[in-house]
Amino acid sequence: MTSAVMVEEKVVYERPESLADVATHYCPGCTHGIAHRIVAEVLDELGVRDRTIGVSPVGCAVLAYKYFNTDGAEAAHGRAPAMATGIKRVMPDHVVFTYQGDGDLAAIGIAEIIHAATRGENITTIFVNNAIYGMTGGQMAPTTLIGQETTSSPGGRSQTLTGFPVRMAELMAGITGSAYIARRSLHNVKEINTAKRAIKTAFLAQLNGLGFSMVELLSTCPTNWKVSPAEALAWVESDMVPYYPLGDYKVAEEVKPLMKRR
Amino acid sequence: MAAKGRIEINEERCKGCTLCALACPQTIIEMATDRVNAKGYYPALLVDPDVKCTGCALCAVACPDVCITVYRQVPSKTRRAEAAV
Ligand SMILES: Cc1ncc(C[n+]2csc(CCOP(=O)(O)OP(=O)(O)O)c2C)c(N)n1
Ligand code: SF4
Ligand code: SF4
Ligand code: SF4
Repeated sequence: MTSAVMVEEKVVYERPESLADVATHYCPGCTHGIAHRIVAEVLDELGVRDRTIGVSPVGCAVLAYKYFNTDGAEAAHGRAPAMATGIKRVMPDHVVFTYQGDGDLAAIGIAEIIHAATRGENITTIFVNNAIYGMTGGQMAPTTLIGQETTSSPGGRSQTLTGFPVRMAELMAGITGSAYIARRSLHNVKEINTAKRAIKTAFLAQLNGLGFSMVELLSTCPTNWKVSPAEALAWVESDMVPYYPLGDYKVAEEVKPLMKRR
Repeated sequence: MAAKGRIEINEERCKGCTLCALACPQTIIEMATDRVNAKGYYPALLVDPDVKCTGCALCAVACPDVCITVYRQVPSKTRRAEAAV
């Protein structure tokens, strides 16, 4: 009797449960969608979807609360960390995160994010740095690179006129209440996977009550950068990464064992 | 033998951004040229007559719109009686 080895088909990749099965309004190739998906995958892996509350920003991600299959709230521009603080303090057994763009977090909301960290609030922030105000039509952000053209810096951002782009991960790492601060990028599959591991560490820090955690994600805005989605990924690698180096900027002692577990 | 796989693309969700095609090591994803979806985008298509897809899922990880489901062939745990005929 001969025996043949049968093969069967296994699903190796599908939509995470923590991401609602709806179309998003993001432009083609915008990496906001990738940031959403890896956050959702981490929530699935940690098994915390049904006790997670996301706070959406003002910016292109304003509707993120509809895209995450978790509870959600929508904060005034830049105020997501303040709202998340209130939610976490009233419901400390819930997992609370903010999802914010660079205009939201690094301009109008810079005071809120800094003070959330100085208080050591036990929340997680996903910070999407695309070096521009996407939603309002491509104006200069605090993170816009020197020489980068935007609708409010025609001819390129000038450092004499507007100073230097702010490096948020470095800034937040200097704050005592920060437990885990990292910067990652979404410009290729390897970096996406690395970013996901950092997001997992950030949520694990919160689950262990260790204080404030933030992952900055270098992201694209092909529409307002006026390039194709593929060219936008290449620009992140060639121009953004050198000014915004990737890595872990603050890892509290108590966070280190969690990084082995992820 | 290289692993065998296949992908399903949700054409109506696809925004024709090309990032899946850029990520695929087998270069077997193309954007349609003969039709658009309801949103007006040329959707991505798997063009794989020689079954080169390995089910590596790099395309799915690169897709900002979670359009791609990936399948891989694995040896079956249940060896069925018919197989032995
Ligand atoms: C109080 C207030 N000020 C200004 C605005 C206008 N506004 C809407 S979104 C935005 C910036 C968005 O940029 P960013 O946070 O970088 O997010 P992106 O759209 O790039 O994802 C601004 C200034 C507003 N909605 N509310
Ligand atoms: S405007 Fe920019 S950031 Fe906003 S959805 Fe479009 S590409 Fe993304
Ligand atoms: S699973 Fe891998 S080989 Fe198959 S289409 Fe996607 S990227 Fe290409
Ligand atoms: S990456 Fe996704 S949205 Fe973009 S072309 Fe491929 S399937 Fe379509």
